[in-house]
Amino acid sequence: MTNQQKTSVVQAPNSKKLVRKLILTVIAMFGFGFALVPLYDVFCDITGLNGKTNESAATYQASGIDSSRMIRVQFISRNAQNIPWRFEPMIREVSVHPGERKVIKFYAKNQSTTNMTAQAVPSVSPGIAAAYFQKIECFCFNQQPLKAQEDVEMALQFYVDPELPTDITTLTLSYTLYDVTQAAGS
Amino acid sequence: MTTEVLTEDLSEHNQHHKMTGIKRWLYTTNHKDIGTLYLWFSFIMFLTGGALAMIIRMELFQPGLQIVEPDFFNQLTTVHGLIMVFGAIMPAFTGLANWMLPMMIGAPDMALPRLNNWSFWILPFAFAILIGSFFMESGAPNFGWTFYAPLSTTYSNGSTAFFVFAVHIMGISSIMGAINIVVTIMNLRAPGMTYMKMPLFVWTFFITAYLLIAVMPVLAGVVTMVLTDTYFGTSFFNAAGGGDPVMFQHIFWFFGHPEVYIMILPAFGIVSTTIPTFARKKLFGYSSMVYATASIALLSFIVWAHHMFTTGMPLFGELFFMYCTMLIAVPTGVKVFNWMATMWRGSMTFETPMLFSIAFVILFTIGGFSGLMLALTPVDFQYHDTYFVVAHFHYVLVTGSLFSIYAGAYYWLPKWTGHMYNDVLSKWHFWCSLISVNLLFFPMHFLGLAGMPRRIPDYALQFADFNKWISIGGFAFGLSQLIFLVVVIKCIKGGEKAPAKPWEGAEGLEWTVPSPAPYHTFSTPPKID
Ligand SMILES: [Cu+2]
Repeated sequence: MTNQQKTSVVQAPNSKKLVRKLILTVIAMFGFGFALVPLYDVFCDITGLNGKTNESAATYQASGIDSSRMIRVQFISRNAQNIPWRFEPMIREVSVHPGERKVIKFYAKNQSTTNMTAQAVPSVSPGIAAAYFQKIECFCFNQQPLKAQEDVEMALQFYVDPELPTDITTLTLSYTLYDVTQAAGS
Repeated sequence: MTTEVLTEDLSEHNQHHKMTGIKRWLYTTNHKDIGTLYLWFSFIMFLTGGALAMIIRMELFQPGLQIVEPDFFNQLTTVHGLIMVFGAIMPAFTGLANWMLPMMIGAPDMALPRLNNWSFWILPFAFAILIGSFFMESGAPNFGWTFYAPLSTTYSNGSTAFFVFAVHIMGISSIMGAINIVVTIMNLRAPGMTYMKMPLFVWTFFITAYLLIAVMPVLAGVVTMVLTDTYFGTSFFNAAGGGDPVMFQHIFWFFGHPEVYIMILPAFGIVSTTIPTFARKKLFGYSSMVYATASIALLSFIVWAHHMFTTGMPLFGELFFMYCTMLIAVPTGVKVFNWMATMWRGSMTFETPMLFSIAFVILFTIGGFSGLMLALTPVDFQYHDTYFVVAHFHYVLVTGSLFSIYAGAYYWLPKWTGHMYNDVLSKWHFWCSLISVNLLFFPMHFLGLAGMPRRIPDYALQFADFNKWISIGGFAFGLSQLIFLVVVIKCIKGGEKAPAKPWEGAEGLEWTVPSPAPYHTFSTPPKID
């Protein structure tokens, strides 16, 4: 009796199956961790969580200009990790009607003694407005190489979607400039 | 039945345990041996992490920089956190699970004994790597145990690779341990032990094991992303390459919040065992306890962003995570009230395990309340990253998890060693710990409310008095833990002989085998009715 019971307990019949299932769960959850990356982007798109704007050129839709209201659009710039560039908007603030196209310029100068490549990354605050800020043309769509001491004026053409919720009257567009010389070189 | 099991076990014991010395421990697949290894390992790690905390408290004894550089201070807080979470609390629970689960469900061993050996023996290597990085040129990880990008990527001091490798090993170890627990509980229960007859201790480890299986791989994923971002040019968390550092926090806390419950649900299981014993009453509301544990585990997956209120979230998100978090207070409250109802009108006695359990219920509830305060989005903006948070999670993890481990250790020491522990010394351990731990952590609430930020080596003058007392409490608490070491060693070496069931009110299969528990138990499954 003892032996029979012993074997029936120690070699539980579906242990292998169960272990296999659990290992599959582990692998699936490892994959899920990585699936969170694209999921996060989708989620941010919907909620405007991180203030990310469109990453490629938007085509201007002439759905009319809402001349009944004015939106203040402010520009700020920041250098990440002390990249030795001068980088600033040439105008700090503009007022636009929703739907109206506007071109403004940023100034950049490589103040170092080496050739460098930089990438500007935009972010809109409040985040919920990011989906309504449309860039038709932007220096942030491409990397910007500059030789030592070279400078450049970089254009940004944008419009604010007339669908912008009416309680938002001010948008702040912030650019952070990153040094991508190494990544661009390889 | 007991004697029959005993004689059979002894003969088996003598047959295949000729291995001696280190080899016995290296090659062992016996759940009791591995449980012992886990428990000793976790205690050594606890003392190591505690030693780091002592240096932290020395530095913070007065304002100004006294004994360590700020960068080294960051390494201390980081490694202290990592050791205590992954090296002390989690392995201690795994050790208890190894020792007690098979005996509680009437199984001869864990279901996968060789895997069990592996899951323990890779752990020392993980911590050798982690602690070894102190002696490398780069220094140890200095980005906080939460290793937020870009601190751990762009601004890494060069320790990221070692850190990631160590965490991977710890993760693999926990996952293997968890798989073993699930398979053991599902397949090796003695005939007649249905799920709803399992002791609550078994239930909490069962649910915890599922949490581990679900979230440890996510931790493995996020450390892998940190590794490739740092060394292989990917941009998961690097805005310059189209990534987002805030996403790191989302993925990390998707692991991190369930991790919190991985460290507290087993504690619930332990005190749900000890309190009925010393109140001499059945656990009040057994099935509600099971459902409460399960709902806490499920809710833990949808509250992670309460750690991130200040990152700038849409209002809807803040409200969602706030209310979900507060919802967890409901099942937790069910548990606390069930423990109180168990004690209510019980014939209580206050042996050391009971003292630690009662302290657990009261002090863990304080930690729970400060957690509720932190869950309130509007006020979290004031508390975020202050000592209030430090006070909160130390109440939950030290007076919560650690005290429950002590309760469990004192409760089962007679079963493990065959001797009663020294009662006087154990009471000294309890009272010294209780007083010093409150001196250590309670004033941190006030410091946090007054605005002292966490993870800093220096502070403004007005915080000096509180910090002095906190440090004194810290040193006292640290020293008090050495009493426990003495108690355990004395208990192993000798002491009053323990009967099979040293606690009058105890229930459960582990008390049907003699003390010390023979090397093999329940080779013949017991009958449960
Ligand atoms: Cu949390």
